[in-house]
Amino acid sequence: MSKKQSGSHRHDDVLVTDPDLPAVAVDPQQAEAEERRWTPAKIALWVGIALLGGVSWTILAIVRGETVNAIWFVFAAVCTYLIAYRFYSKFIERNLLKPDDRRATPAEYKADGKDYAATDRRVLFGHHFAAIAGAGPLVGPVLAAQMGYLPGTLWIIIGVIFAGAVQDYLVMFFSMRRGGRSLGQMAREELGIIGGTAALIATLAIMIIIVAILALVVVNALGESPWGVFSVSMTIPIALFMGVYLRYLRPGKVTEVSLIGFALLLLAIIGGGWISETAWGAEMFTLDRITIAWGIIIYGFIAAVLPVWLLLAPRDYLSTFMKIGTILMLAVAIVITRPEISVPAVTDYATTGAGPVVAGTLFPFLFVTIACGALSGFHALIASGTTPKMIEKERQTRFIGYGGMLMESFVAIMALVAALSIDRGIYFAMNSSGAATGGTIEGAVTFVNGLGLTGVNLTQDALSTLAANVGEESIVSRTGGAPTLAVGIAQIMQGVFGGAGMMAFWYHFAIMFEALFILTAVDAGTRVARFMLQDSIGNFVPRFRDTSWRVGAWICTAVMVAGWGAILIMGVTDPLGGINTLFPLFGIANQLLAAIALAVCMAICAKRGLFRFLWIPALPLAFASVVTITASFLKIFSSTPAIGYWAQHTAFKNALEAGEQSFGTATSVAAMEAVVRNTFIQGTLSIVFVVLSIIVITTAIIATVKAYRNGGGAETEDAPVASRIFAPAGLAATPAEKELEAQWAALEPGRRPARTGH
Amino acid sequence: MTVPAVLHRARDTARELAWLFRGVMGENAYQAYLDHHERSHTGGLPMTEREFWRDKTDRQDANPEGRCC
Repeated sequence: MSKKQSGSHRHDDVLVTDPDLPAVAVDPQQAEAEERRWTPAKIALWVGIALLGGVSWTILAIVRGETVNAIWFVFAAVCTYLIAYRFYSKFIERNLLKPDDRRATPAEYKADGKDYAATDRRVLFGHHFAAIAGAGPLVGPVLAAQMGYLPGTLWIIIGVIFAGAVQDYLVMFFSMRRGGRSLGQMAREELGIIGGTAALIATLAIMIIIVAILALVVVNALGESPWGVFSVSMTIPIALFMGVYLRYLRPGKVTEVSLIGFALLLLAIIGGGWISETAWGAEMFTLDRITIAWGIIIYGFIAAVLPVWLLLAPRDYLSTFMKIGTILMLAVAIVITRPEISVPAVTDYATTGAGPVVAGTLFPFLFVTIACGALSGFHALIASGTTPKMIEKERQTRFIGYGGMLMESFVAIMALVAALSIDRGIYFAMNSSGAATGGTIEGAVTFVNGLGLTGVNLTQDALSTLAANVGEESIVSRTGGAPTLAVGIAQIMQGVFGGAGMMAFWYHFAIMFEALFILTAVDAGTRVARFMLQDSIGNFVPRFRDTSWRVGAWICTAVMVAGWGAILIMGVTDPLGGINTLFPLFGIANQLLAAIALAVCMAICAKRGLFRFLWIPALPLAFASVVTITASFLKIFSSTPAIGYWAQHTAFKNALEAGEQSFGTATSVAAMEAVVRNTFIQGTLSIVFVVLSIIVITTAIIATVKAYRNGGGAETEDAPVASRIFAPAGLAATPAEKELEAQWAALEPGRRPARTGH
Repeated sequence: MTVPAVLHRARDTARELAWLFRGVMGENAYQAYLDHHERSHTGGLPMTEREFWRDKTDRQDANPEGRCC
């Protein structure tokens, strides 16, 4: 055997590719030359993108008209993403990660045709996107819209480029180099036993809080809504039917069953409209929030112990189907209808922190309110594990990891646009807590008009008309973001399909779409957390390691469900408004997980000896740490009761001790006691999160400094194996890649190590 | 381009998109398994389609995948 290629690669001495096969990687020099050659057409293209992006940003950030058109958000986002993808992610690839396509990926050297299976990059992009994008990027931007359109837009776009996409890309690459190891395993390896254990406990706690708050979003969307309750609960029999169909009738016919399921889903939405108009239907399906919360808790337990094929897998297909379809449809609808947005660029709430939707000033609370879409730590759990086991070639991680996150960021921008396009008065009436509005139309009008917002004059008529249009009893204090987004989507979609008569359908379609994601996340999250718990208990009671042991599985599932269920019930019964006080915890938890993931990445980069470019993970790590630790400290130490959990706790406790019968928005002693209890739990959780994260970040910094002193550290990558397949790296093949593809295609089939897909 | 050529092109594009969509939905998992089985020359018969899908969900029971928020 002889060396196929020469160049500056590190593994030249170890990696010997098969000389009888065409090259498995584009010659680095040729690729470099191709990239560096700037033809006039290429220059014109990038100048055009930069100009369009520049003009869009100028209109968004500097020009102050009465209104601004939504299309500029789309252009600003897309142009900036393209530039970041082409230049910054390439910079990271070239200087920090240095993927080598002559190395086989785990999908190749561990291939089993099942978990480890090389998958076409475009298909895997879709898989990965479907796994990372859920309700998070749809909800956060809606709540942050109270600060105006500019802060949210800037953070979503800049955040994703320098933080979110970098995290996903790095974690995916490092996990791929380690045979698809999980974030937890990498943390233990790189940070030692203390850092690793803290990371594990933090991950578990964070999963509980995230599942609880997602469930709370669903409860708030379905409370007192017979239509919503009917159509969302119909997803359960639909999924069961799909499960049986796939298991016994036609195994593997995934697209077919998804189409059937989708048709049934539409029927359930339309049927919900009919049923909510009948007296018995309205009576049967109008449930208060506490009942719905208990329903979700019981459902969550059953769903997590049922076999995957019966409920989880079919609903996952349905959810993927809806996700891709609806997001494409929404993008097209925004481009067609181009709504005008009359929200100011930056509102006073950004500086005063007195916003009724989520309390707190722009720094740090904007950055925790919008987590998914800009920087989401949860992605690190997906980007390590499942996706890296399916990557065909190393260089594809840029497209799938970095590119996939840009796509999610775009979803967040669309959600922001949809939320901004609705009337501001209505926005505040929907998103202010029931404690502020009293839950009535009169109360909402008084409260919103009393906020003193320029250009906002809300009428009772506007609220009741909109409620009737979307087929709901009332839209006052429908907090949690999902209903607001559903109104925004309904308004945009009715402009393309169906007109005002279809608004109720589109509203409930959007609610269904979000509930579907969240319920999938709830039972998948419960399952993953249950396995993590079983594994941890297994260190002390070995029997728990056996995941097929029913009793152990049931106990651990019950523990996990009890964990998030308790927080959910607490949020639903909270006299202060539930989601408004709990949502910051969701963002903080998610960003702290991101900080943990970036800390692990930084330690790995340091051990590879890449100190010149260590700022690539260190910059977002520093930012995420500062933001979340500041936010946590404010939540713990702030003396403003609306912001600090303990300040609120003490205020209510003192009032109780003084023998008062009501205090603030709590109108009874029982409610006051509930606030004391809830703020205690929230405050304790804040402390737990921040302490665990500080431990992880500190151990990562120690590992980094140690590596710096030693000029590097122990190699934790799997040993390189020579690759025997070729595939292009990006969405479209470059000329050099096409040339190689042709050589591979010309090979006689018997000698070709077949690729899957085509 | 002539009309038939355009139609031909359109049909190819539609096929590509349908292939991509089925891939994203995960429908081609069995084919991928068969390809792997044939290529790896491990001998023995591959699982039937029904067995494969059962095995797939049963493995998911033991190795849950997270779904993001």
